[in-house]
Amino acid sequence: MTIIVKTITKILVGLIFLYGIYIITHGHLTPGGGFAGGVIISASFILLILAFGSEEIKEKIGYIYSSIFESIGGLSFLLIALFGLILGSYFFYNFLPKGKVFMLFSSGIIPLCNIAIGIKVSAGLFAIFLAIAATRFIMKE
Amino acid sequence: MIELYILLIISIGAGIVAVEIKDLLASAISLGIVGFSVAIMFILTQAPDLAIVQIVVEVLTVVIFVGVILKTTHIDTTLEDKLNVRDYLTKGIFALFGIFFLLFSILALKELPQFGMPIMKIASHYLVKGFEEIRAANQVAAVILDFRGYDTLGEATVLFTSVIGVLTILRKIGKIK
Repeated sequence: MTIIVKTITKILVGLIFLYGIYIITHGHLTPGGGFAGGVIISASFILLILAFGSEEIKEKIGYIYSSIFESIGGLSFLLIALFGLILGSYFFYNFLPKGKVFMLFSSGIIPLCNIAIGIKVSAGLFAIFLAIAATRFIMKE
Repeated sequence: MIELYILLIISIGAGIVAVEIKDLLASAISLGIVGFSVAIMFILTQAPDLAIVQIVVEVLTVVIFVGVILKTTHIDTTLEDKLNVRDYLTKGIFALFGIFFLLFSILALKELPQFGMPIMKIASHYLVKGFEEIRAANQVAAVILDFRGYDTLGEATVLFTSVIGVLTILRKIGKIK
């Protein structure tokens, strides 16, 4: 890509990443949540690759890591739900203290679930992007 | 309401034409008429999002059907086949099942609330009590992650499965050439 795109990307990519984290962690206070924030975070990674390009070996490493993170996100979401079964009475029981309305640490397990879903969605979308981008290496062979 | 009935009659007629007509291209087009009248029905009942999805899906299906027909043949040869006992038996069973289904659905539809008048038995509980019970400022988050946690788990599973599917199809290692 041209130097304009590269410079703008350098400035913006951190902000986009932070905005995704904000959307995830404030999912129980403002509109948004794990799914939307995860998409924004994966968009920041995809923007980096689109602007600067990458090599085959780097994409392979990213592919492995994103698969691992996707599994971690999904499993932690299930674990939170299972903890409800162990500590409380039923699956998806809200076992944490609820706190005050409009505070960041409120509403029990909802922020934790949002974070788990955010990790899962961002890693999953990035893995799909890398897999589709890797087809050009397959085509070359 | 009257436009809905007109559209329903048009779509049923187009469906019968799609099954019975000999030319497959005309059959695909009358299938498109069914889909687009359903889309107009969605617009009339104030569901524009569903109407957009319906239009996209319908255009795609009709284009795929027309593409297949242009590549292969125009004429439906199955209409001229003679019916034997087995065909009559299956049609009879279908008709019997259809009559039973119609009767029970008439009985069930009498119990439903009036058109456009939701009962809000469970949703009103969420709206009234949700704020105190969950203490989340965003009630959508409270519904999708607390009241309906299973639903979100299913959604996450669907996403996980689709990611695994894409990675399996587009993988590089272990692919048979």
